[in-house]
Formats: sequence, structure tokens, C-alpha cells
Amino acid sequence: MKYVDEYRDAALVRKLADAIARVATRPWTIMEICGGQTHAIVKFGLDDLLPKHITLVHGPGCPVCVTSADLIDQAVDVALNHGAILCSFGDMLRVPGNGIDLLTAKARGADVRIVYSPLDAVTIAKENPARPVVFFAVGFETTAPANAMSVLRAKRERVKNFSILTSHVLVPPAMRAILGSPDNRVQGFLAAGHVCTIMGTAEYGPIAREFKAPIIITGFEPVDILEGILLCVQQLESGRAEVENAYSRAVKAEGNVHARKIVETVFTVSDRDWRGLGVIPQSGLALRDDYFPFDAARRFPLAKSCATCATECISGEIMRGVKKPHDCPAFGTRCTPERPLGAPMVSSEGACAAYYRYRSRAVEPAEQR
Amino acid sequence: MCLAVPGKVIEIIGDDPLLRSAKVSFAGVVKLVSLTCTPEAKLGDYVLVHVGVAISTVDPKEAEETFRYLKAMGELDGIDLPPDPVGLSLADRPAPGPATSAGPTKSASHAAS
Repeated sequence: MKYVDEYRDAALVRKLADAIARVATRPWTIMEICGGQTHAIVKFGLDDLLPKHITLVHGPGCPVCVTSADLIDQAVDVALNHGAILCSFGDMLRVPGNGIDLLTAKARGADVRIVYSPLDAVTIAKENPARPVVFFAVGFETTAPANAMSVLRAKRERVKNFSILTSHVLVPPAMRAILGSPDNRVQGFLAAGHVCTIMGTAEYGPIAREFKAPIIITGFEPVDILEGILLCVQQLESGRAEVENAYSRAVKAEGNVHARKIVETVFTVSDRDWRGLGVIPQSGLALRDDYFPFDAARRFPLAKSCATCATECISGEIMRGVKKPHDCPAFGTRCTPERPLGAPMVSSEGACAAYYRYRSRAVEPAEQR
Repeated sequence: MCLAVPGKVIEIIGDDPLLRSAKVSFAGVVKLVSLTCTPEAKLGDYVLVHVGVAISTVDPKEAEETFRYLKAMGELDGIDLPPDPVGLSLADRPAPGPATSAGPTKSASHAAS
């Protein structure tokens, strides 16, 4: 497949790994933000190709993982108690809320449907005019244009039974929260390539300078990821902290101006509660007042937020890069993809799911590496 | 979630900016994809598709950047290149120039390495 196969070339991967080994003279800890990158790293065993003193930790870039339990409760409530068709990306269905998950709601008779695109949910709404249709709009900046387009299309075509339950999060505020945390151990970042495809690179310069952390905009194939790591290690070794673009075939400095305009038309920046991390100011997107008829949170208000259940899940520490999945006592025993305690074990981008799927062997605890 | 897959535009449908779509082939699997965010996309272009929306056209010249960078480092000496990704000979490409914007400074650092 063009633009995929050549970036998986084994000889190139080995050459890059050799180059990293030559450049790295000291221990460094690098975080890849995006869960898609986490899965590529674990699936292809890229971390095994690195010198022992280069540690990759896995970031919060998994929208399913950071969607708050309260919002999942709200989605369940919409599906069970309001006669709605609840449309969602498939990953969300087995994520536990404070009560049941969406798959259990479906088993109890709720009309929960998995869609590939938010635009498909608009089509379902047009086909079912008598019923409310709610799309569970989770995602980072990458997904925001598609979710915003669903609202614009519904407005244009007067699809009045369509609305979205928004759980949109933004990457740069989370990077600041991680770097500013007292137990932070991240020294450099691989930034999420497709987030930058939309938003461009301007937001990252101030973060790199303020926290003296190199930020490499990185793609998703093995050659992309190792190139990102090499550039990051080169900067760390030479004491630089700059933004570099290792994914220029898909990322321009200004991002995608058409997509950004669509997002800014429909959404405004708001505070957001990240599961496992807590509330981060100005770290999410909410529908603008002009689009309130399409806001499911206003159409179907949840009576009261449920108390958060006690859980063994250490997703917050994993997503801040403080711990790795194998450090969790419940990993692979009381917490599995079939019976997850937390979202990172469910999602196709969750770090725990990646380790469970691709790593049967034991991994040393992070503290001992 | 942020997964985006490159595919080739094989047919463009409609001209309303909000509804303009394309049939995009992913190694033979064809899906209907919105071109609202990529009005510049034309037949034969590769677009990166995320949840049914093309979020970027793949820049064929920039796609060679990784290989050009490795070449500049001497890392490709002694191994066979993968099939020329964009139909351009690495040897014919100019050396990386200075950064062209206020954005990232990859070119500069590559030149230094």
C-alpha cells in the first residue's frame, strides 16, 4: 500500500535503530502522545530495538480512555431512557462508566449502533425522523472536523432529531499538564501527527521552550516513529528543545485551514474533565451557543452526576507516563479486554490493550528500567 | 482514534463544499469519503482519511523527506532502498534547504546532521 509499505521497511528500521543507539549516550524518557503510535510501537516491537536507557512512555492520546465516566453514564442514560438511537465509535461500547457500559445497555434493549463516521449518524437520523439520534462525539483535534461537519450537515439539511454528546479533548493542554506535574519524568515528546495535520505546529513552540522539552511531530509507521525518536534523542543529547516536523508529508505548519475553520465555526474551547487526569482548563471543545439544538447534553440533561466508583485502575498514572501497564497489579488478571476495569484495556489505542495483545511476556517495572 | 489511512482518489462526486465527496481506493477497497476539508484534492491524489473525512492530501515531495534525510546521514549506504516512494530519484533531489516558515525546523537540523 503506497505511503505505508515503504515506511515499514525492515532494513530502514534497523538502520534507524542503529543510529539511535549511536547517538544516545545517556538515559532519556520520551513520551509518544498518541495511542495509535503506542500500538505501532508495541505491535512492531520498536521499543525492543532501542538501547535499554531510552525509555518510551505512553501518553493520554486515546480519546476513549480519557472520556469521563460521567459522560458514559449520560450516553447510557440517553440510550436506555429516552428512546434514542445512540451512535458511537465501536471502542466506546465496553468502556465502563460509573454504572453499566453501552454494550450492557444494548443487551438490555437500548438501540446502540456502531458507526464508522459521524456522517453516518446523520444518515441514520434522516432515516429515522421520529426518533432522537445522538452521536457520541469523542475525539482529539483530528476527529473534530468530522464531528463538526456532522452538525453543519444536520443544520443545513434540517435534521432536527440529530444531536451530539461532546467529549472533545485537546492535546497541547494535556502536554502542559503532564510536563507541569510534580512526578513528571517525560523529557521529550513525539507529538501526534494527525492532530498536527489539522491544527498545525504553532501551539508547540511555546511548550518546547517553557518546559525545555523537544517536540517531534511524528507519523505512525515504524520508520516514522524511529525517525521521531532519533530526532528527539539528537535534541536531548545536544541540549536543544525545539519543534521538528518528521511527518511533513501530512503536516503543514499552518495545519489544515479548511478543517480548522469548520471546527471553529461549530466548537469553542472549554474546560474538560479527563478520565484519570482530572479537569484541565481550556482543554476541550464544546458546541457554540449557535448550535445548542444539536447539543445532546442540553437536550437530555442527566439528573445528577453519579459518585465515582472506587477502582483499582491506575489509568491516570499510565497516561501521565509515570507507570506502565505491567506495573498494575490487576493487569491481565482482574483486568482484561473482555472484563476491563478501565478504558485503556478496552480501546484499540489504549496502552493496556496494546500490552495485553502484543506482549505476553513480562516487562520489567518502569522504576527498574 | 486518530488513525488515518492513505488512499487514492478515483472519482469525485458533487461540488457543494459541504457535500463534496470522493470514492477513495485503499489498495482496492473503495469507500466514499468527504472532501470538504481537502478542496484541493484531485483525481489520482492520495488523501489521508480519518472517520470518513479526508483530512490531508499526501504531499508526494515531502513524502520523500524521510528517505532524503537518511540518505543525507549516510544511513542508506549499503542497503537497497524500498521501491521509490514517489517516483523521484533521491540522488536528483536538492539538499534540504533552510526552514521556510516560522514552524518546525527540521530542515535546519537535518542539514546540521
